[in-house]
Amino acid sequence: MAASAETVLGVFAHVDTTVRALEDLKAKGYHDLTVYTPIPVHEIEDVLERDRPVSRVRLFTLIGGLTGTASGFFLTIWSAMQWGLITGGKPVASIPPFVIIAFELTILFGGVATVIGMVLLGRLPRIKASPTFDPRFTNDRFGVAVHCASGRGGSVRQILSAAGAEEVKA
Amino acid sequence: MSVIDHREPTFADVNRDVLRTLAPPGNLYFTWMCVVGLILTGGILAWTNQIFYGMGEAGKRTPQMWAMYITTFVFWIGIGHAGTLISAVLYLFRARWRTSIYRAAEAMTIFAVLTAGLFPLIHAGRMWFAYFLLPYPNQRYLWPNFRSPLVWDVFAISTYLSISTVFFIVGLVPDVAALRDASTGWRRRVYAMLSLGWEGADSQWRHYRRAYGLLAALATPLVLSVHSVVSWDFAMALVPGWHSTLFAPFFVNGAIFSGFAMVLVLVLPMRHFFGLHTYIRDKHLDAMAKLILVTSLVLTYFYLCEVFTAWYSGDHFERASLFWKVTKSYAWALWLMYFCNCVSPLILFWKKARTSPFVLYVVSILVLIGMWFERFNIIVPSLGHDFYPYTWGIYVPSPTDTMIVIGSFAWFFILFLGFIKLMPSVSVVEVKETIPAPMKDDSHGRQR
Repeated sequence: MAASAETVLGVFAHVDTTVRALEDLKAKGYHDLTVYTPIPVHEIEDVLERDRPVSRVRLFTLIGGLTGTASGFFLTIWSAMQWGLITGGKPVASIPPFVIIAFELTILFGGVATVIGMVLLGRLPRIKASPTFDPRFTNDRFGVAVHCASGRGGSVRQILSAAGAEEVKA
Repeated sequence: MSVIDHREPTFADVNRDVLRTLAPPGNLYFTWMCVVGLILTGGILAWTNQIFYGMGEAGKRTPQMWAMYITTFVFWIGIGHAGTLISAVLYLFRARWRTSIYRAAEAMTIFAVLTAGLFPLIHAGRMWFAYFLLPYPNQRYLWPNFRSPLVWDVFAISTYLSISTVFFIVGLVPDVAALRDASTGWRRRVYAMLSLGWEGADSQWRHYRRAYGLLAALATPLVLSVHSVVSWDFAMALVPGWHSTLFAPFFVNGAIFSGFAMVLVLVLPMRHFFGLHTYIRDKHLDAMAKLILVTSLVLTYFYLCEVFTAWYSGDHFERASLFWKVTKSYAWALWLMYFCNCVSPLILFWKKARTSPFVLYVVSILVLIGMWFERFNIIVPSLGHDFYPYTWGIYVPSPTDTMIVIGSFAWFFILFLGFIKLMPSVSVVEVKETIPAPMKDDSHGRQR
């Protein structure tokens, strides 16, 4: 995040005005934006995700899942080898039943890793609310916080108001 | 008491209406709590009695060492499946009607699995040794036998409980944040903690959405595996009536069938008492009723297959077991099951029945009875009539195990009743996603 000296917040009541503001800001070269929405909105995501890589949560899931598979097979095969007693003429390390344990642990570890990924990447938990957050953003308002160099606040305000913000504050 | 509002709700309406469900409860609620609490106390006393005097109190004797407890265990595990189906599978299929009922269904899943989880412990008798089931390093270098379906079950159920809970909590995070911003006092502090300081910033949503989709993708194969593994508890044994490759899909389908019935049993009163008619509409009831109908028809097909296979196999013991089930001591339970599961849902072919809360309620209760008896019919008569006449036997329920089973229903309902007054039983975020987003230029905003 660039060192920003000034932060301007625009509060919007509609999705289309929010999108318009985001497009205008991006066109004018303001890229350090925080957008608050009560729900994930496709139109807004389309603008924001345009030049971002895909969320890395899936990497957590993959690593967690593979760890689960490996530990499932390790636990079952290793513990069976601890007392290698042949029963029912079957191999001591019988793979088909062990697949079930490996499968369950794949899901378990994968799921838990996904949540850990979400929490870490989304920088949760937050003890203190960020200064630009407003309780209306979990209800029915959309917020665009623009972090810009000092002295640019005036033009940002103008862009936000022109796009249709119902409230603009510093 | 409920006002039916046909206007399309706005985002602020959703917040208001969901918050309204958390208002201090009235006398009716406390009366229900008391009734359920009393029944639960009866169940706990019965369990205490069983612990004190031993397993003989539960009416168990050979050959039916698996009786009411395992029946009820499988029943409750099955109930949970509809919740995951609604929350994960229908999410992946983008079935929008799921949004207003999925939270209640997901809570139902967790409470049902929590209830089910009690039964192996009750059934084990000395449940303070239950940790023997888990793999842990011990002085005697003993490890569980991973070739045993019962150990698979431990892994499947505990994974299912963990992932369902995680999925549920992740879904709650943005909702609880919305409640936090609308409430005051101790509730606000609790919600603030549970919401992890969620603000709905784009940097949070993008990881959240991805994580939610991945969790749904993980929960989908999981839910299919759980009841398959439960079915292998039976199918891996050689008992006539159990040893069948049909069991996994048969159990999964039955689980979804009974689960949807339980969803309706919970959601219909919720809609009535909370006045949620704006969100849980007739089309939701219709969709659920159709799923009950489809799963009922599939179940009927499985029943036919089961009978056909027993006959066509030419196996003497399979045929004898089937004949005994259909005509002898437990025949009433079998025919009751056929009526409840195969005949009673047929009324849902009529559209009027699919949207009538009364009809749906009656059918759902019948389905729940039928599905409990399905598990009873799989377990008790099969064990009572296997290969040798000298191991045959009749099981009669005792007051102790009957009371424990009834108490488990009270335990389930007390959890659910507590939940609907403490947490948003309708998802704030997902309901908002299905209503048109506010647009200034109204002409294209309403087309969604």
